[in-house]
Amino acid sequence: MRAPVSWLRELVDIPSTESGRDIAERLVRAGLEVETVEVIGEGVIGTLVVGHVVEIEELTEFKKPIRWCQVDVGPEHGGVRGIICGARNFAAGDIVVVALPGTLLPGGFTIAARETYGHTSEGMICSERELGLGDNHDGIMVLPEDAGAIGADAAPIVGVGDEVLDIAVTPDRGYALSMRGIARELAFSYEVEFDDPGVRVVELPVPATGAVPADCGSEDFGACGLFTIRTVTGFDSSAPSPLWMQRRLVSCGMRPVSLAVDVTNYVMLELGQPLHAFDLDKLSGPVRAGWAKTGSRLETLDHVVRDLGPEDLVIMDDSGIIGLAGTMGGLTSEIDDATVNIALEAAHFSSGVVARASRRHRLSSEASRRFERGVDRVLAPYASARAAELLIRFGGGTYVGMTAVEAADRSSPISMPVTEPSDVAGMPIDDATVIRLLVSVGCQVAESAGMLTVDAPSWRPDLTDPADLVEEVVRLVGYDMLPSTLPTSALGHGLTWAQRVRRRVGMSLAARGAIEVLTYPFVGDRELDALRLSEDDPGRAKVRLANPLSDEQPLLRASLLPGLCAAARRNIGRGNIDLNIFEIGSVFRGFAGETLVRPSVDHRPTDDEWSRLNDLLPEQPIMVGCVLAGERTPAGWWGAARPFDWSDAVESAQVIAEVLGVELTVVRGSDPTFHPGRCAALMIGDAQVGVAGELHPRVIEATELPARACAMELNLDACRGAAHSVRRAPAVSTHPVAKEDLALVVADSVPASAVMRALRDGAGDLLESIRLFDVYRGSQVTGGHRSLAFALKFRAADRTLDAGEIQRARQAAIDSADRTCGATLR
Amino acid sequence: MSGPNTSFDPKQVSVLSANAVDGMVREACEAISAAATLAVLKEVRIAHAGDRSPLGLANREIGALPPAAKAEVGKRVGEARNVVKSALDGRQAALEIERDEQVLAEESVDVTLPAVRVSVGGRHPLTTLIERVCDVFVAMGYDVAEGPEVEAEWVNFDALNVPPDHPARTMQDTFYVTSADSGVVLRTQTSPIQIRAMLERPLPIYVVAPGRVFRTDELDATHTPVFHQVEGLAVDENITMADLKGTLDHFAQEMFGEGIVTRLRPSYFPFTEPSAELDVQCFVCRGASVGNPERPCRTCGSEGWIEWGGCGMVNPRVLRAVGIDPMRYRGFAFGMGIERTLMFRNGVTDMRDMVEGDIRFTRAFGLES
Repeated sequence: MRAPVSWLRELVDIPSTESGRDIAERLVRAGLEVETVEVIGEGVIGTLVVGHVVEIEELTEFKKPIRWCQVDVGPEHGGVRGIICGARNFAAGDIVVVALPGTLLPGGFTIAARETYGHTSEGMICSERELGLGDNHDGIMVLPEDAGAIGADAAPIVGVGDEVLDIAVTPDRGYALSMRGIARELAFSYEVEFDDPGVRVVELPVPATGAVPADCGSEDFGACGLFTIRTVTGFDSSAPSPLWMQRRLVSCGMRPVSLAVDVTNYVMLELGQPLHAFDLDKLSGPVRAGWAKTGSRLETLDHVVRDLGPEDLVIMDDSGIIGLAGTMGGLTSEIDDATVNIALEAAHFSSGVVARASRRHRLSSEASRRFERGVDRVLAPYASARAAELLIRFGGGTYVGMTAVEAADRSSPISMPVTEPSDVAGMPIDDATVIRLLVSVGCQVAESAGMLTVDAPSWRPDLTDPADLVEEVVRLVGYDMLPSTLPTSALGHGLTWAQRVRRRVGMSLAARGAIEVLTYPFVGDRELDALRLSEDDPGRAKVRLANPLSDEQPLLRASLLPGLCAAARRNIGRGNIDLNIFEIGSVFRGFAGETLVRPSVDHRPTDDEWSRLNDLLPEQPIMVGCVLAGERTPAGWWGAARPFDWSDAVESAQVIAEVLGVELTVVRGSDPTFHPGRCAALMIGDAQVGVAGELHPRVIEATELPARACAMELNLDACRGAAHSVRRAPAVSTHPVAKEDLALVVADSVPASAVMRALRDGAGDLLESIRLFDVYRGSQVTGGHRSLAFALKFRAADRTLDAGEIQRARQAAIDSADRTCGATLR
Repeated sequence: MSGPNTSFDPKQVSVLSANAVDGMVREACEAISAAATLAVLKEVRIAHAGDRSPLGLANREIGALPPAAKAEVGKRVGEARNVVKSALDGRQAALEIERDEQVLAEESVDVTLPAVRVSVGGRHPLTTLIERVCDVFVAMGYDVAEGPEVEAEWVNFDALNVPPDHPARTMQDTFYVTSADSGVVLRTQTSPIQIRAMLERPLPIYVVAPGRVFRTDELDATHTPVFHQVEGLAVDENITMADLKGTLDHFAQEMFGEGIVTRLRPSYFPFTEPSAELDVQCFVCRGASVGNPERPCRTCGSEGWIEWGGCGMVNPRVLRAVGIDPMRYRGFAFGMGIERTLMFRNGVTDMRDMVEGDIRFTRAFGLES
């Protein structure tokens, strides 16, 4: 809502020393968000005067038509001056705005007497845009004849220098979408009387005898509680709206159109009541509010044909639907240049009904914005009287009268302990202050035995609960008066294990060189196809958005890898070619799409409702993933570079497992996204919880990643479940260690992990640790085989091992490897 | 060795004479001084202090002396051997130092060569900022609550006093899952976590709730469809708005420095009543830039205050929807955007830096923001 300060000053007696910024400050403290304070015609410095065009000479020898004008700017400004002008929308005798030489216009443009088109031009005839008043640059401004005396200061006439507050109105404060509502806040803030323009009785002419005003009605008082039609006949549709009204509309961001339209807009801005003017001669029968029938249609003023149904509240007459209630009128009954008789509709529509219609038809209008936020429920007849009076004053015409239908007042009073505001705020506010402040916002307050009975004013439909009254009181006392205290909080539990897990994993990966990225969860078929995921792959996204930002990415990720690959590609494109990036985040899987449940909000949902609400949701496990490309260690004085390979991907998973104390086993895996010979399945027990390795060459090609790029993804929730947050202490033996190295020859097809497991199983409890330290393939070993060298450490908890014991354990390990893996000692 | 010779005159055994012993010592000391290396010194040790050295042989002769002579001669030879030993030890120590100096000098390297083969990576500053916020509240006794990103519309809106046609639903442009009437949305705010906390936790409740939220904004320098919020919720008997103010003041000080205060301005949120916008005092200029064109402040735009978030007292309608008796319990809640906080706290100027995953951006924050 844009509010010109000059208009506010007309409605409330603001001290003259207060600037627009001061006023804005007051409104902010009252809870209205003033986004900007702008000065109309900011940058105009110098003299603008009212000029009278005496004579125009057309100069035709130039590329474009130019006018040499004689303009009378009054004796004190040098009388008649010659001014060159390129605009053509004026005639001799018109009243215009003249910027005299020496005047500075917005944009730092100085007017000077200068030679141009063969004449000395002594000033400029101004357009709206040149003065920063608006966008209109179709021609110069032509003022009404009575705009001001020749030579008078034109700045106040056209509004230059006025300040405009731009206020963002929150949904609970519909009243602030009017000058009336904003003025009321200022009256309280400045502690001055407020003469409410909204309930002023407007003097209208006595209705003409014999003429019958248009009839009206409402089919549903719940949706339309008040409907009025005021009739004015014999109106001069060519009469212009007064300059001051046009200027105010422009200042408020609206375009002047015609007197009838301008008047309805003006009254809406002034009082907050949307109005609609019908051409009476295009109506047939009573005008009424009612529900549309299925299949009905209406072409609204914006030339859009809208399909309507029984959920749409419409305005109709005997010809059918003529408007969408509270939102926009229809084309068939629109007023036009030939309109002489007008029916002014002013009504009160339910905010929910208008909000639904506005949402359904994607149609937001000045009217719907106001009705959605709540309009004063008694305002309609006052506002239409004001409008009729303006129409008659500026457009002539005869007042015929008003018809109205109205529901019984169903507002109920609010009960609240008088101490409630003080208790909620945590500061003392005495009873008298509470009552005084509520009265100041327009409430009627009765007190009895510490309880207040409060009737909210008609313009505050947002005041329905005690909490709303508390807010009014506390904000008017001032939030800046609140003391700063602390609650005695409960005993906390610290971070949960799941939260600690995420921190540790992130910290460990980062400490080892990885960099965290946070990617969007939106994916599309193209990226999923690039990862070679089949339709039934668990990584294939299934949860679909109804309204994605991009049709290319309508799905929610079921794997972190698409986002990581995209981030990797983006980095590489920027020259960051050595990459170790990771992400920890949720993925979305197993979406069942249960039937909708929407519990009441008047009480806690039942356990059944709550579990059904949760059943609506997909599984959302937390995953950790990484993508590796380029060099792990760059070439340096220490030696050659080492590129990332499959083992770095596996290592990152094993680091996570180690950090969490989870026993993660690695077995040969198969995954369409990964190189079939370089893919590790990450297992906890018999369950696969992740995958790691080198990406499939086709995936690398499709995702435009460098050759040999690697990746890993691991279900962190599964790891967390398998981890022990409280770990057991080991028994640390102080007896001597016995070290035994052995080399075993096995077939290439036997995984090293199987040999290691067999050795461990065979060696028994005396084995303290085992480490694979060499893999050899070559002439010393049969083809298709390799030699694996292991370092074993034996130790007993309670004694020094003798040579026999060590020999037996070593042999048992070798025998076990032979049995299970066909390993032979080299 | 022969038996004791009782008639033996020590003066007659020349090797044991004072002159002879002194001579041995002198020769030994000269050889020791002359030893230039540890290897030569080792030979000198054998030659002058070994069993077969003159002093060693002389020592053997003592046994053959008559008891009356043993004491005097024994003392002489013993002293001589000690002198030689200490000379040897001294020379040994000196030569070792010399050798060490030489070897260590030869082994010296250029320690200014780049030592880091693999740099430490980085955690995303949004992650670490969220952790910092959580830590502040955990220290105050709060628990960290979380909830799903794909959320039931009832939890995201209805239970938070945003009925189906409330204009507040259009304030936030919502991603709907499957269809606009599926009842499932990408949560538009972290406030649904409040609902879950109140439904699932025993009273009193003190939680801080971080999370990722979604709105249908296109990505540009100041907007992103995917962003992070953190909010706090306290529900207890006798909670007041002054408690809210005090909690926010403490929080602001922890985040921006001692003495920083907050300002509340009346506002509107469906789930709180009374509601307020939360401003934090500019931690850079502390208000000194206001009306002072000589010292403009880029962080707060010379406003002195920075818009930080929203807050208020939990609307009793919300308490009712989760079955908490509003006559007995009150609550406060507050929330703020993490991206926005990071922007003004750490000087991030473009939203896109936080979402594109450029490693140069994140690496600069290391393990803490």
